[in-house]
Amino acid sequence: MTHSTLSLSPQDLLWQAVSTGDEHAATSTVFDALEHGLPAQEVLLELIAPVQRRVGEEWAANRLTVAQEHAASAIDDRAIAALSHRTATAAGTGAAGKGRVVVACVDGEWHGLPARLLSEVLKLRGWTVDHLGAQVTTDHLIEHIHQTGPDLVALSSSIATRLPTAHAAITAVQATGTPVLVGGAAFGRHGQYAALLGADAWAPDAKAAADRLDQGPLKRPAQAHQPIDDLPHLDDQEYTMVARTKSRLVRTVMAGLEDRFPALRAYTPAQRGHTAEDVALITDFLAAALYTDDPELFTTFLTWTAEILTARGVPARSLIPVLDILGEDLKDFPRAAGMLARATDRLAQPHRGRLAREQA
Amino acid sequence: MPCPVLIVGRSGTVRHANDHALALFPAAAPGLSLAECAAAWLADAHEQKAAADARGANGANTVVSGYIAGRSYEAHPTVQDDGEVVWWLVDDTDHRLAREALHIEQERTAFLAEASNALLSSLHLERCMDVTAQLAAEHLSAAALVIAPGSGCRLPVVTCVRGQKPVRDQWEIDPQEVPGLAEALQGFPPVPSRWIDPVTAPEWLIPEGFGEVGSIVVTPLPGHGVPAGALVLLRHSGEPAFSEEEEVFARLFAARSGAAMSAARMYAEQSSVSKVLMRELLPPALHQIAGVEFAGGYRPSKDRERIGGDFYDVHPAGAEGEPSFAVLGDVSGKGLEAAVLTGKIRNTLHALLPMAGDHQRMLELLNGALLNSHHTRFATLVLVSAVREGGAVHLRVTSAGHPPALIVRADGSVEESASRGTLVGAFPRAPATTVCETLAPGDFCVLFTDGFTEAKGGPLDEEMYGDERFQDALSRCAGMPGEAVVEHVQMLASQWVGSGQHDDMAVMVIAAPKSHHLSMVGGHTKGRFTA
Repeated sequence: MTHSTLSLSPQDLLWQAVSTGDEHAATSTVFDALEHGLPAQEVLLELIAPVQRRVGEEWAANRLTVAQEHAASAIDDRAIAALSHRTATAAGTGAAGKGRVVVACVDGEWHGLPARLLSEVLKLRGWTVDHLGAQVTTDHLIEHIHQTGPDLVALSSSIATRLPTAHAAITAVQATGTPVLVGGAAFGRHGQYAALLGADAWAPDAKAAADRLDQGPLKRPAQAHQPIDDLPHLDDQEYTMVARTKSRLVRTVMAGLEDRFPALRAYTPAQRGHTAEDVALITDFLAAALYTDDPELFTTFLTWTAEILTARGVPARSLIPVLDILGEDLKDFPRAAGMLARATDRLAQPHRGRLAREQA
Repeated sequence: MPCPVLIVGRSGTVRHANDHALALFPAAAPGLSLAECAAAWLADAHEQKAAADARGANGANTVVSGYIAGRSYEAHPTVQDDGEVVWWLVDDTDHRLAREALHIEQERTAFLAEASNALLSSLHLERCMDVTAQLAAEHLSAAALVIAPGSGCRLPVVTCVRGQKPVRDQWEIDPQEVPGLAEALQGFPPVPSRWIDPVTAPEWLIPEGFGEVGSIVVTPLPGHGVPAGALVLLRHSGEPAFSEEEEVFARLFAARSGAAMSAARMYAEQSSVSKVLMRELLPPALHQIAGVEFAGGYRPSKDRERIGGDFYDVHPAGAEGEPSFAVLGDVSGKGLEAAVLTGKIRNTLHALLPMAGDHQRMLELLNGALLNSHHTRFATLVLVSAVREGGAVHLRVTSAGHPPALIVRADGSVEESASRGTLVGAFPRAPATTVCETLAPGDFCVLFTDGFTEAKGGPLDEEMYGDERFQDALSRCAGMPGEAVVEHVQMLASQWVGSGQHDDMAVMVIAAPKSHHLSMVGGHTKGRFTA
């Protein structure tokens, strides 16, 4: 260790190690913090969690690629594994008496670290934890519940496009008589989608989740609950239609864009591939907004995309033709058309939109 | 039909009583106060009616009801112009009894529906026992015990006292001490519900702090071929004992609980069998061995299953300085049957480890073993022997009809290993060439199955993921830790296929660690590091 690194805080040191892929330095930072008397729980919540949050922010701000984000998360994960092994060895095996919790990410969710942090914190607080990891299919989750009969399932999801899948998982778990606590950015800043999808509890982070569970058991969910009971608006089939015809919508948009931007025809296959992926993601968010019947979910995503495009030197207005083409295609679907129109307004007048948001 | 009628003045004085009214209230002579000669509830109702009328709340002719001489009556008031109230008494005893019986039946039906929902929702035995005990304690008796057949002399027991949570325990008890319990636990011979004299009941049967027991009934839980256990219901001494009707109802409930518990028991037995059988077929967890990083990931084609026709394995070197042996392969076909053959191949290769120095010989022997088996399937695979020397990792790579191993350099360039060979298990010979590669620190080698490159999907759907995209993705992973590479390509493939169909996908990364530290010994302790 060089002298220059001594002046850095442990968080800065860990960030440096994680962002340069230096597993050795990452683990050393974590162990040093433990040796300086920081309790394991604080190491997880005050050292590793903020660094992981920063990884997420850097990725969201387009300063880390997805691959770099994976690399950073893998280093964090190894540091957590080393910490977990060390505290488990120090404490002896399982003095657990509080009950059994299953921790899992919903199917398609690859950001496993928030769930991993929760598992470790719950273990430290005396729970028996079955950590099922990232992207757990609902089949496997339910099978596990039947086999182990947990007191609670904690589900994590970071991206709002996974909300329909999360909803299916929540209702399936509740149908086994097991309450569900959810967390992660997908459920909204204030957990509004957690309530909408009928989760039994929501927590903004691992500490809040562990505190909530320490307050007392969650109530057993009510019986005979169907997903449609939570979301009567799904009756209009708009979500189903958009979700099922996604690839057709993407094709339509790509064809329409070629007419409006002849320059697109000169794109390399790879560039066209990226554009198509972006359009597919926009369609996914539209579907999620239809599922939750929350236009703001779609608008927020587009505003964020516009900011990233602007950061890359692409004018945010280039998104508007995409919305226009989708709007023409979906003109017979009032909720979808309304959401697209609203998002177009916001993009066309970003400042007014921002002001309105601040006032709200 | 004429009914008893009383005409009563505002002040509560009886003005007139017809013959039917006199039959009910023989003392009801005109001029007497209603309170003196009729039922108290009627007098009270009249007083309230008169007070309401005086306030001007006319028209509120509320019907009241009560008992007269053991029968139930409704009293309907009508107010005359002079303010006198005419009370018409209607005998509704039979109607009321029918209503009460209907209400009880409705409650029981609702309870059975609730019980069925709660019991059917779980296939976990203890959870079913909890639900049974809790429902019984809420609806049937002050406390309930569910006793399940045990494997040894200890019996799993769930106790629930009304208003409390069910408590699980294991008891070392002699079921013979309770008449009917031993038979109920054996499931044979069939026994009816049994009344137990609370005085003869053993102490363990009565929950702590329950107080004096009035009645106990033991009901077997029918298990349809497998014994499910017994339900014991207890009531306090102050409460009425179980009526015959209640006992029949308890049996209806027990039938549902027993069916749910035996289904849960069978499910648990089945899943423990398949878990044991599957353990050998699951891909192993990989980690660093002798300074070489191994990481692997697997996704079967059917999301319901955990195993399929792709496989990988890593065997550490027998002695220091010798190479570790890694294999990744793909058996034709999918699902359980393909998985069984992967197990066979993995076992055969394990046995052939002593000749890992000669990949071609290994493949020939494996080919012979597969040809001689009754399986008609064949397999493609790639073998790698990896050993670290200084910071570099030396590989010997042999492909048997498998997509070539890819070498990803620290600068992001991707090379295909030149080894080629024939698939195994189909032809009498399985010739292959072995190629040597060297990984500098930060380089890694990727073994994968065609489930990745042939994945169909993408934003436009039906498009093949393809070698080019796969290699581009790997190129962007240059310098990343092995697990991160595995996770990254798995994520990309999974996003590519979306909710569509896909083949089994297996990937293994063999990497020369970037830092010159040997990562932590055993991967978990700060341990020693070699420079």
